[in-house]
Amino acid sequence: MPDVAVVGFAQAPNVRSTPGTTNGVEMLVPIFAEVLERTGLSKEDIGFWCSGSSDYLAGRAFSFIAAVDAIGAFPPIHESHVEMDAAWALYEAWLKIRMGEVETALVYGFGKSSAGQLRRVLALQMDPYVVAPLWPDSVSVAGIQARLGLEAGLWSEKDLAEVAARSRADATGNPAAQVSGTVEVADLLDAPYFADPLRAHDIAPVTDGAAVLVLASAERAADLVDSPAVITGIEHRVDSPALGVRDLTRSPSTAAAGRALDLDGVELAELHAPFTHQELILRDALGLGEQVRINPSGGVLTGNPMFSAGLARIGEAANHILDGSARKTLAHATSGPVLQQNLVATLEVLS
Amino acid sequence: MADLAVKSRTCFTQTVSAPELPLSAPLNVGFDYTRSVGPVLGRFVNALRERRVEGVRGSDGRVHVPPLEYDPVTAEALSEFVPVASEGEIVSWSWIAEPLDGQPLSRPFAWALVKLDGADTAILHAVDAGSPSNVHTGQRVRVRWAEETVGHIRDIAYFVPADGPDTEPTEAPPPVAKREENAPVSVVITPIHLRYEHSASPEESRYLRGLAEGKLIGQRCPSCEKVYIPPRGACPTDGVPTTDEVELPDTGIVTTFCIVNVPFLGQKIKPPYVAAYILLDGADIAFLHLVLGCDAADVRMGMRVRAAWKPRDEWWTSLENIGHFAPTGEPDAPYESFAHHL
Repeated sequence: MPDVAVVGFAQAPNVRSTPGTTNGVEMLVPIFAEVLERTGLSKEDIGFWCSGSSDYLAGRAFSFIAAVDAIGAFPPIHESHVEMDAAWALYEAWLKIRMGEVETALVYGFGKSSAGQLRRVLALQMDPYVVAPLWPDSVSVAGIQARLGLEAGLWSEKDLAEVAARSRADATGNPAAQVSGTVEVADLLDAPYFADPLRAHDIAPVTDGAAVLVLASAERAADLVDSPAVITGIEHRVDSPALGVRDLTRSPSTAAAGRALDLDGVELAELHAPFTHQELILRDALGLGEQVRINPSGGVLTGNPMFSAGLARIGEAANHILDGSARKTLAHATSGPVLQQNLVATLEVLS
Repeated sequence: MADLAVKSRTCFTQTVSAPELPLSAPLNVGFDYTRSVGPVLGRFVNALRERRVEGVRGSDGRVHVPPLEYDPVTAEALSEFVPVASEGEIVSWSWIAEPLDGQPLSRPFAWALVKLDGADTAILHAVDAGSPSNVHTGQRVRVRWAEETVGHIRDIAYFVPADGPDTEPTEAPPPVAKREENAPVSVVITPIHLRYEHSASPEESRYLRGLAEGKLIGQRCPSCEKVYIPPRGACPTDGVPTTDEVELPDTGIVTTFCIVNVPFLGQKIKPPYVAAYILLDGADIAFLHLVLGCDAADVRMGMRVRAAWKPRDEWWTSLENIGHFAPTGEPDAPYESFAHHL
């Protein structure tokens, strides 16, 4: 089976809200053009298109169909969609290339989180019988998870603020970031709680955005870019949707995905952690040591475009291979409440 | 699922202070989430109706509350029910200072995982404690039952401190359960209401503002030169923005049509009447409208029609400004001239 490589990545600016349409299609047109120009590919060269988004963000059924306009889908294209973060759309595209059905694929994710009330909309991804009818918002549920670790002594509020401060400092080098800058940990800890025990800096900002990534078989990739980022491993696992069953201070599904991969020699990791404490859970689950640089892009605490943020982690991790600044990187994406579903990939220089 | 109701309404208004911004308006979506409960969740909600809590024993001996239909370890179907107490302790919690629509309380409260006595896993619910200083992990709490129980998770209105009195519920959306007379509950209904600020695209906004002035504005794809009305953010053939603005006449032809004979909820015109695809002169895409002003049986493919505009004082940013299209009496367009638009 052919290896699969990332050959291009682009993302829309992460912003608090765009004036564009509720389905967010305008964010896609310029980044499609950007990524096609960068890879020298045309629309007709793409063998498979796959996207991740959610009708609940747009407030309408089949909202992803509008995004197909951004492709220019004539003559007819080969297209698919997942109602998850587009990292899972990437997984589907990866399979298509592995199976030899196509040589190239374009994967995109998009969403206008600002159109509705995001943390309330996300209540609807929980159990529809005994949980969603209570409308537990995503931030409150994450607060319950954070407190479990705080009271067990696994992390302190200062540890969480340090994650936030480091993320914002790193994001100063990321032109797409929504939040960035130098902040003092002590100042962050002086801020009031938003959802005790979480403060605003512990919570990824509501963000509109989109991301696009081009995959190619390793053979084709070598013709397209100097240094393709080969996906040397990709695994995803799921934990029980029943919140009270899980030990919420751990992420067994991330750990299981990581164990199935060879993580030796990973230089940096882009982790999809929408809350500060979740970064600590993920680092522990993946066994990432001090030598691994975490979220040099700033991570989703500095911009969290729903349904493309996980794909963007893969894109950011790939960029370090594409620009020659690293030889092996790790990307992680999550979907569902409190780290329910997790995808881990390793990317390496083509040998 | 006969009670499923879908309601959606939007109404565009122009922002006077910032006329260049796209039009946007509140969009409220509502539906009744209607689900059959099956043997496990059915037993749970029917017990709640009787103000009892039942869990289910898993393969590892743990008692799950709420009950799980399948074991989280072995995936075996579960069926050994175990009564548990309606009192227990807080495993973890967070505080919500400004409750959101639909939540169990509209005054500040704690979200908590509560492990009921006799259970091994925790249930997520609300705790009415007044302030965060009144909540702690390990705290004993008990169920505050709803005034009227129907067989729904919200028969548990919320939890209160175990040694405290019942508190007064705040208003919550009514959960609904369905059952035949004297029969157990088999269907639970949860009303879902979501509010959005819906935005039209800049191109759609140009088109809608044009309609408010009695103009039909399309846009041309710079690549294939097709004219779209309403204009689109990107040409669906070429994927490039449609930028070149074209004002179209209010005359065109019927490309294809159907005669509506069936009455339905919300219908505004008495059947039979004609819904048709109208291709305006100079446009490359047809849109759906009404053809009135002649017998439905006389409408033909290729028939020339003209817009019948409503009185000017009724115009707004809507295609409703055109009440319908009516035949002009001109000769029909030949089939070949519109065959590629079908």
